[in-house]
Amino acid sequence: MQDHNKEQQSHGKPNKRREMTRRQFLSYTLGGTGGFMMSLPLIANLRFAVDPLLQPKAESDWVKVIDVEKITDTPTAVNFEKNVVDGWYESDKGFGAWISKDASGDVFALSPICKHLGCTVEWEKNVNYPNEYFCPCHAARYTKDGKNLAVAPAPLDEYDVKIENGSVYLSQIKPNTRVE
Amino acid sequence: MLKSVYNWIDERLDITPMWRDVADHEVPEHVNPAHHFSAFVYCFGGLTFFITVIQILSGMFLTMYYVDDIVNAYKSVDYLQHQVAFGVIVRGMHHWGASLVIVMMFLHTLRVFFTGSYKAPREMNWVVGMSIFFVMLGLGFTGYLLPWDNKAYFATQVGIQIAASVPYLGQYIETFLQGGEIVGAQTLTRFFALHVFFLPGALLALLGGHFFMIRKQGISGPL
Repeated sequence: MQDHNKEQQSHGKPNKRREMTRRQFLSYTLGGTGGFMMSLPLIANLRFAVDPLLQPKAESDWVKVIDVEKITDTPTAVNFEKNVVDGWYESDKGFGAWISKDASGDVFALSPICKHLGCTVEWEKNVNYPNEYFCPCHAARYTKDGKNLAVAPAPLDEYDVKIENGSVYLSQIKPNTRVE
Repeated sequence: MLKSVYNWIDERLDITPMWRDVADHEVPEHVNPAHHFSAFVYCFGGLTFFITVIQILSGMFLTMYYVDDIVNAYKSVDYLQHQVAFGVIVRGMHHWGASLVIVMMFLHTLRVFFTGSYKAPREMNWVVGMSIFFVMLGLGFTGYLLPWDNKAYFATQVGIQIAASVPYLGQYIETFLQGGEIVGAQTLTRFFALHVFFLPGALLALLGGHFFMIRKQGISGPL
């Protein structure tokens, strides 16, 4: 240390070269090595923890729910079960949908989950609001297309619909495509 | 940036003396492997602690997926090991670390024994160290059951039979550990609770005492 300082002074410009002190060198090398050693288990653990964020969305099966003939302009409620794989647990989970035909005769299915706080809406649940979906929890209302009229911030979600051999099949839930 | 955050806190709480007190201490020549390479035997205690930290970390992360239920325990372990990214590494750390911590602790105990470091005035620290040893064995025993596979089940069966052979108290210990008539659902939840709450709590308290005493009394002198 002593010699080192002398050498710097003999050059006539002290502190110009900004040489690393022994303390700095040790804290960088020991800190770096220690940090590297701790980062290996930490990275493995963290990647393990955030794995659900990085999993691709599971593809949903098509489930046959009702005959096309039974569908009218008035929404019909259907309940069905879908096989859901949740990590190590596989089960048949219950789902509901309101299925109806629009003016041009196309079949569409809406999710009954209210977009306000997740209660279950029903078609013409409240006699004061005919021709509307009504949520009993906070009086959210929607049109037949699922457009939000009151309380709810967004229109009802929609199912992917497929018609095959006279039956209606439902699959994933997606944001409503029928209203703005 | 970091420096100014530290200074801001330090101005208010004066934290520098606290960590200085913990961090600044002499490492005597006879325990420094840079002076005598054979002094590496003094590292085993620190290595035991290092692996213990890894066990606590990896264990915390494992409980994100594990369930202590006889229907799902094995499936959740299988899932976290084979389906979750790095699962095999995280469970591997916990699995191998569990054995390694016993090995390191044993080597540490041998060092303390053969350097006579347990002698006065450090007898209390030896006793605390022995308590840590038994808590670690308890952690190994309770953790072994958690995957709920055949090996786990029968190892626990045998372990509880051994505990049951204690004179007079055996049957009470057996019922306490089993939680019921058989090694089953109640045993698994019990072992899980012991493994992640009670024993680690006891371990941390004992480690605190162990470290407090070694700092208070200093490391034992050269042979």
